[in-house]
Amino acid sequence: MKTKKTKIALPKGRLLEETAALLSRAGWGLDGYQEQARFYHIESKTLPHLSARVFHEKDIPIQVAIGNYDLGICGSDWIEELLAKYPSSALMKVKNLKYGQGALYAASAGKVTIETLRAAGTIRIASEYPNLAEAFAINARLRRFSVFPLWGGAEVYPPESAELALVSATGQFPFSLVPISRTLSVSAFLIVNRESWKAKGLDKIVSSIEKALRPEKAAPTLKKEKRQPKAQYAATDKDVVRLALPDGHQQAPTQKLLDRAGIRLDDYPSEKGNRRPKINLEGVSVKVIRPQDMPLQVANDNFDLAVTGRDWLTEHLCQFPSSPVKELVDLKLGRVKVVAVVSQERDIADIRDLSESEGASPIRVASEYINIADSYARDNRLNRYRLIPTWGASEAFLSEDADLLIENTQTGRTLAQHKLKIIDTLFESTACLIGGTRQVASPAKKKRMESITKTLRRAAEEIR
Amino acid sequence: MKIQRSKGTRDLSPQEMESFRLIESAFRDCCLKWGYREVRTPTLEYLHLFTATGTLTPGMLSKVYSFLDWDGWSGERVVLRPDGTIPISRLYIDSMAKEKLAKLFYVANVFMFEATGKKTRERWQCGAELIGAKPPLADIELVMLALEVLRELKIKGIELRLSHARLIKALLARMELSAEEQIGMFDRILDGDMKALEELKLKRPELEKTIDSLLALKGKPSGFSKELQKLFAEDLPECRPYIENCTRIAEFLEAMGYDYRIDIASGRGFEYYTGVIFQIFKAGEKIGGGGRYDALIPLMGGKDVPASGFALYLERLMDLIKPEALSTPQPPSILIRAESAREGFDIAGQLHKAGYRAECYLGVQKEADFDWTVEVKDKPKFIVTNQAKKQKATAQTVDELLALLK
Repeated sequence: MKTKKTKIALPKGRLLEETAALLSRAGWGLDGYQEQARFYHIESKTLPHLSARVFHEKDIPIQVAIGNYDLGICGSDWIEELLAKYPSSALMKVKNLKYGQGALYAASAGKVTIETLRAAGTIRIASEYPNLAEAFAINARLRRFSVFPLWGGAEVYPPESAELALVSATGQFPFSLVPISRTLSVSAFLIVNRESWKAKGLDKIVSSIEKALRPEKAAPTLKKEKRQPKAQYAATDKDVVRLALPDGHQQAPTQKLLDRAGIRLDDYPSEKGNRRPKINLEGVSVKVIRPQDMPLQVANDNFDLAVTGRDWLTEHLCQFPSSPVKELVDLKLGRVKVVAVVSQERDIADIRDLSESEGASPIRVASEYINIADSYARDNRLNRYRLIPTWGASEAFLSEDADLLIENTQTGRTLAQHKLKIIDTLFESTACLIGGTRQVASPAKKKRMESITKTLRRAAEEIR
Repeated sequence: MKIQRSKGTRDLSPQEMESFRLIESAFRDCCLKWGYREVRTPTLEYLHLFTATGTLTPGMLSKVYSFLDWDGWSGERVVLRPDGTIPISRLYIDSMAKEKLAKLFYVANVFMFEATGKKTRERWQCGAELIGAKPPLADIELVMLALEVLRELKIKGIELRLSHARLIKALLARMELSAEEQIGMFDRILDGDMKALEELKLKRPELEKTIDSLLALKGKPSGFSKELQKLFAEDLPECRPYIENCTRIAEFLEAMGYDYRIDIASGRGFEYYTGVIFQIFKAGEKIGGGGRYDALIPLMGGKDVPASGFALYLERLMDLIKPEALSTPQPPSILIRAESAREGFDIAGQLHKAGYRAECYLGVQKEADFDWTVEVKDKPKFIVTNQAKKQKATAQTVDELLALLK
């Protein structure tokens, strides 16, 4: 008999506090599960055979569905996102935990009805929930639609870059958009893997949670705002250059580079989360979005120029080889290597050893760069592999939850700390300015784009 | 051993392919005789062809195989064709719109997800579409064609059920539902959800009589259509033309000696139907169906052209036919054993030309599996054995050999 170990995937982020309180009432003795938790395994002090790991919420349904974890706690939005595409997956919702309430809304920049959307041409829907966005479009019977899957910041896409955004909100609708349809009620759920449910006695664990549940707090209802959102969106002039700048930890170095180039922004990085800062260049509008999402947006002609990483450009081109996006300037910032990584415990020297290791189950390849990982696995003829998309902190997936990791690293130190070894370097990545390959119709815009490109190239050359 | 076949798919063995081809060729022959021309559309189509209201229901759309193509950065998806009619309509709009009458047929696979993996997710259809012709003659022709194919395949005990899309819609319009709810209800009936009409009864008690009579009337023999017309004239006068439409087809079928019944609740099919819907059953199982879809081509951006069509489900027919009763006698089979390989293959070629099945000995075949064996030697040139009679004869030339085989 192998282990009877039970594994649970727990959320970090917005559900952490209440989940930790619940599990503490249930007497699980998971001491390490707290706000600053690192992505390590936590062993229960009271329940032998129970161990936990902390994940991004979005990872949890996937981890439970593929059977890496027996149980999980996460928001029902991410559960439904998985089930919308994979209705027969081995994921079972066991208990509504009745906290973390919120909802998903389809929202637009102004007041519209589903009927007008139906009559319009192609409706672009931007969302972190692409499967639910597609289900919404089908159920709303939109005649023609396209979905932009996003890493974040969907609320900034309408109206210029998308007609609709499918966004998650709790309490007051926080965005300057108009919600036109409430598509899903969200709360925290306990989920299990169907096979584990049959094979392992999970009743005790589940009932310990049920006993510890608190009566439901009144779900914060969305207050209807009478006033129209104050944001005014001017129709974009054909001469205006649309520039995308990165959010997150890329902001500081990008701001520094822009500063060196003499380009000033009024609120970037923004403390209030302002995604539309003003720029001191005439005829240029700026939006702050996720660098991961930029190549797709440039390909769709929603932006003319964008500051992203070569890793994300490559990721995009692995999925869509003929996409009309290209690198214009190497900005030489944030140099990382994209590498193939395995656990030090395994006797694997290079990718060939892995492709030749014939196990009973498929090789699990985890990565944030799911298309790079896919093409790498294909090119190296990995014998039967399975891709596991991750959303950050991928190094913690090895060795228990994945066999191969495609990850970026600056110094390799974090990887070494996790007892991992690099078996291959795929390419080097730095920040870069990207643009479309199509002709720019407006001469004024073309000139402005060339000027920005030149200025940034000069600033980047000074860096070394 | 572990099965490596992808879940929800099936292989067709040589025996099954024999049945498959028998059905396909019977279908092709009948279609060609009625003046239909064969077409083939791509397996991949854009998803948006199927998303407009009036094409596929959301329930069906949630089961299509859709994905982003290698150049799908716009986020628009492609699908593995989930249906045969919509691609044909697309083909007509793209390249045949000038033709006043397009009579087309196809044998194609369609893809629809099925969660248990017990039923196949890839299915084959024999379909015919008649674009540019009005009811009821065009609909009657299609029914005739479908029944002729089944007759050629010697499938007996066919039951034909008739319904009308507008009739179902008119009934629903009476329910004072929102447009959205009406579509939902229509879709439920199309998805074969029988509870839908029961619910209608609860909501509109005054329609109870009509609905009950309707449900009770199904399967009654001839003469009932007049009764039905009278009933509708009182309760739902707006349905009169649709009933008449059904009745004309029914009368025609009756005159031709076909068995049929009108069954309003048997609307199971596609949302694009606008007129008569007919379904073909054998022993309670649906083996095909079709109907009129006048709105589809304009909805997809084409001209306002009437159209109707049907499809027979090839896999279901495979279980119903007896291949031995249908196959034409095969030419005799001959195994060639030659000392010189080159000579052996040469003789095989000559025998093929003469209409025989002939193959060279590869060290594996059993003589008993063939009608004849031919040994190619020096003197005499050929030793011919009739395997059934165990009779040997010799020949010096190929002509002599052919004479012996006759």
